[in-house]
Amino acid sequence: MSLLSLDKLTVRRGVCPVVDGVSFTVQPGEFVGLIGPNGAGKTSLLRGALGLLPHEGRSSLSALPAAARARAAAFMPQGREIAWPVTVETLVALGRSGQPEDGTAVEEALRRMALQGYRGRKATALSGGEQARVLIARVLAQETPLVLADEPVAGLDPEAQIRTMQVFAGLAAEGRSVIASIHDLGLAARHCSRLLLLHRGQLIADGTPAEVLTDQLLADAFGIKGFHAMTPEGPVFQPTEVLR
Amino acid sequence: MKYTLPVLALLVALLFAASLLIGPAGLGLGESLHALITGQGGPVVLVMQEIRLPRAILGLLAGAAFGLAGAAMQGYLRNPLAEPGLIGVSSAAALGAVLSLQTGLAAAFALALPLSALAGAGLSVLLILLLAGPRGGALALILAGIAISALAAALTSLALNLSSNPFAAMEIVYWMMGSLADRSMTHVWLAAPFIALGLAALLSIGRGLDALTLGEDAAQSMGINMARLRWTLILGTAAAIGASVAVAGAVGFVGLVVPHILRPLVAARPSHLLPAAALGGAAMLLAADIATRLIAPDQDLKLGVLTAIVGAPFFLHLIWRMRRVEA
Amino acid sequence: MRRGALTALALGVALPAAAEPPARVVSMNLCTDQIALMLAAPGQLISVSRLAVDPLSSSMAAEAAAYPPNRGQAEQIFLMKPDLVLASTYSSISSVALLRDLGVTVVQVEPVNALSQVEAQILTIGQALGRETQAEALAAEFREGLKGLTWQGELATAAMYYPNGYTSGAGSLADDVLRTAGFHNIGAELGLTGGGTLPLERLVMAQPDVIVTSTPYPGGSRSEELLNHPALAELRQEAGLATTTDADWVCGTPHILRALRSMRDAREALE
Repeated sequence: MSLLSLDKLTVRRGVCPVVDGVSFTVQPGEFVGLIGPNGAGKTSLLRGALGLLPHEGRSSLSALPAAARARAAAFMPQGREIAWPVTVETLVALGRSGQPEDGTAVEEALRRMALQGYRGRKATALSGGEQARVLIARVLAQETPLVLADEPVAGLDPEAQIRTMQVFAGLAAEGRSVIASIHDLGLAARHCSRLLLLHRGQLIADGTPAEVLTDQLLADAFGIKGFHAMTPEGPVFQPTEVLR
Repeated sequence: MKYTLPVLALLVALLFAASLLIGPAGLGLGESLHALITGQGGPVVLVMQEIRLPRAILGLLAGAAFGLAGAAMQGYLRNPLAEPGLIGVSSAAALGAVLSLQTGLAAAFALALPLSALAGAGLSVLLILLLAGPRGGALALILAGIAISALAAALTSLALNLSSNPFAAMEIVYWMMGSLADRSMTHVWLAAPFIALGLAALLSIGRGLDALTLGEDAAQSMGINMARLRWTLILGTAAAIGASVAVAGAVGFVGLVVPHILRPLVAARPSHLLPAAALGGAAMLLAADIATRLIAPDQDLKLGVLTAIVGAPFFLHLIWRMRRVEA
Repeated sequence: MRRGALTALALGVALPAAAEPPARVVSMNLCTDQIALMLAAPGQLISVSRLAVDPLSSSMAAEAAAYPPNRGQAEQIFLMKPDLVLASTYSSISSVALLRDLGVTVVQVEPVNALSQVEAQILTIGQALGRETQAEALAAEFREGLKGLTWQGELATAAMYYPNGYTSGAGSLADDVLRTAGFHNIGAELGLTGGGTLPLERLVMAQPDVIVTSTPYPGGSRSEELLNHPALAELRQEAGLATTTDADWVCGTPHILRALRSMRDAREALE
């Protein structure tokens, strides 16, 4: 049973398609990295798939009623908005709103993001990186089979970046799935089980990191060259130079 | 924090009682309570049941409406400056009420008064949401509010000045500032059902406002139906503010001051702020109304004068704080 | 007569010489309008204030309809080329000053606050118009009428209640009318002087024998809505007697006798 299936999903801004006929399916246990240069349509793809943007084609998520969708997938938007000075615990618990709440989901989410010591702090008074972790914890607390995250590791320090990627990989290992748009190809190569490469709204590659981060595709989509290596600690990828 | 609501409820109860017991006629405590409850005691009964009781009830209801509508709009727009008076909703409601009075509609059909005030308020909320956009940026919101307020106030003055009744033009101040003086049970019956409906609608959107703390996309992904939330907010605000303004005039700043003071006491949580702001609004309006009777018992001092004296400094304080955040 | 002349003198107005009465007179105040209408020679009065044709304010609306109305502003009045302008001391200060600067003679009279001042008012305006004989006759007629209407017995209580809870206190013409017709004025008893607001609950507690309200104007207003308040309705019912004021109550002219008569009738009905 797939957790998300898109069939020729197209999202238009005006008449211009920003997501152009994208089809793919996500199975349980996958950590999917959504990569592509700025403006490739990553955010529109995620929002369209959730039904937050009007779209053509089919998305299994956007077809669901709002409440059912909230149980099927959690979403962390790119804009890290926290409007009111609520406590970390309150904010994380928002992920449980509308669902039976016994506190264990919130506790587990705080633990996974190493936020136990922060629960009484005001979320608005935290640093940007800490806020991002709190927002990820909120997504985890929703305890959905699928998590969609728009640039979850942007602006985090290296420790928080790696920890977040490990948390997502851990969810995949438990049989849940994560789709995260991500700019850091090194982190994507190392932690994701599958990469989707978007270029000008179209899905131009879909496969394992080794299959997607090829010289040809990197040159076509990003205009860069990179260094690959397989190390004892796993795959390493480092972008090295600009081609155009 | 746990005691916020009970303490506020107690405060409202005390102020409600004070509102019943304080008045220019200077009645004795036992005498007035006896008359109110038993209906025995000649003219005192008339004073208690037909003059002070409706005044206190309307103070309670309209105050709750102003406080709750402020908290709800702030939660929706994620902007602490959103307040029915400041952004023109109250002035638009006053315009609706004045038009129904001056066209004779209200005389022909009593419900026309609250209904047309409701229509005015509803239109202005729609307009505000349209002009200020989904995120309600402070500048766009305040500018849109100033424009709507100014236009509604000008049209209200025009309608009153053109009236064939010489007293109408003298009432511009009443519609802009509000007063509960000499309201009757008729006004209570006219306004209370609408205010109650509006309050119920606004109290129901707490979960949606909580989720909106993280923005619209996050809220929607958490299962909030944004279209339904928006319409509940618009209709709830229109009913509560429209009916309140129709019988009490446009009292400003309650919806600004009360949520601002109470937000820290409910840990800033929008859903917890809603009932607290309703009680706090009721307390503030009852207190202001009592103050008008104590300061100038024979002058019909306008409520808005007192709420503005308290509220405008808060407004400046908020702008000062937002300026620092945005800079 | 002496009082009128003194008033005029105090205001620094040179009265027109008796030998040559003004030929073109404009009145810009509702009360001077009515006395001038009663005293002026045919053709002498050329304009009255626009309130003079409003039957809710003016006792002589029908008579005034024959005259072009003015809005009390200097430009319009100056263009009428008046020899004399009649105004109240409450008329717009700037309009009166401007007219005087333009060389127009303006006679301002004090508003009448007691029945005893009506005669002097008539004589002052009569003198300004050069119609002393007519003024003497009218004043004498008023004196006679007043004598017959003064109540000698015990006083009942009455309250004036106007829109916005406004009432007449001590030292007002309405207060004098009530007193002369046989009533204590609640407004005066509660300590008000001149005019002021009377909170509805104090009115209720005072339980007057008679409540005098005003005739409502057309068009809605919150001020007049107060006169439909259920508490007031019940109070009226308990009082058993309610009367309304009309244009006759507004000015200190001989028409005030009609207001006095209606209150005298009310007082007699209480016996």
